Amino acid sequence: MELISGFFHAIPYEQILIQTLNGIVTGMILALVASGLTLIFGIMDVVNFAHGELFMLGAYMGVVVLAVTGNFWLALVLASLIVALIGAALQITTLRPLLGRDPLTTILATFGISLVLQNYALWQFGPVPRKIQEPITGQFALFYLEYPWYRILIAVLSAAIIGGFWLFLKYGTYGIWIRATTQDRVMAQAMGIPVPWVHTAAFAIGAGMAAASGVLFGPLIGVNHAMGVDWILKAFIVVVVGGMGSLGGSIAASIFVSLLEAYASIWVSPAQAGIVSFVVLILTLLFRPTGLFVPTPK
Amino acid sequence: MIKRRSTAPFWTGFAIIVALLIIAPLVLPEFWRRFVTEILIWGLLAMSSDILIGYTGMVSFGHSAFFGLGMYGAAAALLTVKPPNLWLAILYGLVGSAGVALFVAYFSTRLRDIYFAITTLIFSQIFYVIIFTWTEVTGGENGLTFSRPQLGIPGLYSQPFTSNTLHWFVVAVVAASYLILRRITQSPFGMVIQSIRENEPRTRAIGYAVERYKMVAVMLSGLFAGLAGVLYAIQNRFAAPDFVYFLVSGEAVIFNVMGGIGTLVGPIAGAAFYLLLRELFSRFLTEYYLIPVGIIFIAMIIFLPQGLLGFMRRRLNQ
Amino acid sequence: MIASDASPASLVDLEDIHTYYGKSHILHGVSLRVGRGEVVGLLGRNGVGKSTTLKTIMGLVNPSRGRILFEGRPVTNLPAHRLARIGIAYVPEDRRIFRLLTVMENLRTGLDRNGVSEARKQELLDKAFSYFPVLAERRNQPGGTLSGGEQQMLAIARAMMLEPKIILLDEPTEGLMPRMVSQIREIIDVLQRDGVAILLVEQNVPLTLEASQRVYIMEKGAVRHHCPASELTVNHAVIHQYLGV
Repeated sequence: MELISGFFHAIPYEQILIQTLNGIVTGMILALVASGLTLIFGIMDVVNFAHGELFMLGAYMGVVVLAVTGNFWLALVLASLIVALIGAALQITTLRPLLGRDPLTTILATFGISLVLQNYALWQFGPVPRKIQEPITGQFALFYLEYPWYRILIAVLSAAIIGGFWLFLKYGTYGIWIRATTQDRVMAQAMGIPVPWVHTAAFAIGAGMAAASGVLFGPLIGVNHAMGVDWILKAFIVVVVGGMGSLGGSIAASIFVSLLEAYASIWVSPAQAGIVSFVVLILTLLFRPTGLFVPTPK
Repeated sequence: MIKRRSTAPFWTGFAIIVALLIIAPLVLPEFWRRFVTEILIWGLLAMSSDILIGYTGMVSFGHSAFFGLGMYGAAAALLTVKPPNLWLAILYGLVGSAGVALFVAYFSTRLRDIYFAITTLIFSQIFYVIIFTWTEVTGGENGLTFSRPQLGIPGLYSQPFTSNTLHWFVVAVVAASYLILRRITQSPFGMVIQSIRENEPRTRAIGYAVERYKMVAVMLSGLFAGLAGVLYAIQNRFAAPDFVYFLVSGEAVIFNVMGGIGTLVGPIAGAAFYLLLRELFSRFLTEYYLIPVGIIFIAMIIFLPQGLLGFMRRRLNQ
Repeated sequence: MIASDASPASLVDLEDIHTYYGKSHILHGVSLRVGRGEVVGLLGRNGVGKSTTLKTIMGLVNPSRGRILFEGRPVTNLPAHRLARIGIAYVPEDRRIFRLLTVMENLRTGLDRNGVSEARKQELLDKAFSYFPVLAERRNQPGGTLSGGEQQMLAIARAMMLEPKIILLDEPTEGLMPRMVSQIREIIDVLQRDGVAILLVEQNVPLTLEASQRVYIMEKGAVRHHCPASELTVNHAVIHQYLGV
């Protein structure tokens, strides 16, 4: 009896609640990054190694616009648009020529792009991390602790962006084009859909989403040239765990993995908590390689 | 009618290149001598990766794990066994990298293409995190330093490495590795893995246990990558987690693509090309050399996909 | 041979088309033409290159030699989506409707084009639903839940939404029940009455001979015989020669 009540006393309830919130917040950002990655992979079979750098560029663009205008919301919107255009330019110059070739080449090309972008950022902005000021400061009381409003805002905005994107896919004219091209590129062309441009647009949308994530996440950590690297690994993991090509799956996996990591960080250091995502990946590969959140194909 | 393979041109070319490498430390200034040694070591890493990428058709980003474990394995031998023994270092390093290769192979060989590449990437990061955080054993962020072992056979003869003898040792190891790997690619095993690259379903349909061949290929590749790690440890006398970071795997893949996959020597040429470019650009642009080098890399993928030596692929494999 | 003064204005012309899949030489100098509003049949055993011919016209496969003309203008090597916009529609052999899109969304992929007013879009939809009432019933169901015959109707309706001048029909009656086969037969007539040309690839010889004005017969990647459909019957020696087992 003593043991049991002792056990229940030892569970850190407030910590669990805090980490649940943290997990959801990080999970939503990760979901936003992973959605772009899934979109790009699903529609043109490209594994975009440079996605983390688009996230990073978004954060830097946010820094720049914020410095010029002083308005966070303007920074969010403009950074996403600018990086979306950069993404479109990258797709047209380096990925279109590789269409139809071995998928290995696009992995390598996007890897090359990621190296160039990282070092370009290092060159232009220097190694010292920059700061983005959050638009709303202040915290609310959660038990005896205080939780920042901004983090809640991040989760809400990410969900809104993903939701908006989902609506666009389902009901927009061009959303139908994207879905048709993803399902059957050849017949989409035969129906008059300009598939090369749909590819470019999809890449641009994915890049914009990554950039938005970068701006949103910016205030939580310093903006520096290497910030994309951790995110790209996590994003790859959740895309595989969620089932490659499944938007819903990668979103679910993002939240799932982030929650687990947040809980783990109650007991171990954050660096070690990062192993959680790796373990989840290994287990998924062993037992449900098509994805945890996708129905097993018959 | 069986055509007699004329091997004379190959052996002549090989002998000439090895001779040049042997003379190198006697004629080059110290900086360039070290440069050539580094090219050989990275070339060995890239060559090991070519077994997977060029011959079996599996893109792997996991070589940093094999390389790193080879390095740390050698470090373990050199730090725990007194006096530091060269052959034990090599043994420990190979065992370490083989172990990692087995682990990676078991999980990843069931996966195709992209999934395999991503999984190897993630596995190399797993090892990075373990090495980085397990400070008591691996020295964490700072790595491990140790002294260079003696060259020779214990009990019979031994003397310390000079920079020249070290260079010649590396030349010998890399040249021997090349010959061994070449022999393997020309063996029945080599034929099977190449047919896996060409058409995996058909190879499977003929009756080959494709997964098993892939696993052996991964282990072979990992072994030689680990050997490169051992050489690096001996040359530089330290082991650091930076070398387990996936960027090292990325560089190995770059060497492969630049030099020409499926040629074994191509990757060594690719390593030389990359390191030379890096040297060249860092003189003008300090640390940002990766910008022009990266752009060149991308341009090569688009316009010169077969790499520098790719045109010789058929001839080199005869 | 065809009496030249009776041939309609040319819509699609293939001149000496050679097409490869990788190293395989599939089409060895195919030449044929389809006139405005004509129904032309393309017969031949399996594997002679009939589908490849359609795919080449649709721009899904690029010929290595030869020319393709549409309304007299060269269109060789134009991408498929441009050809779809100038008036060529394709109904492939395995239907290939978008399984995860609803019936309505499938139709919209053809409807959503520049320069088509909402009123016209509604007209086209109404026409499709009147020809294929079952599609109207299932308009919000995902394409993958439709039966084989319904999917075939959807594939044809979808092509109609492009308001094409010619529809390339690849084995529309394959795997269908007799009742559906005659429905397809009627659709072909209706389309022709609307002025749409049809290039019909079929294994069903009687249907093809009935529906077409002219017939081409292919063997081993080239056209071997060409005549008005009226000159052939099911038991004709030519049919036996090129299609008999």
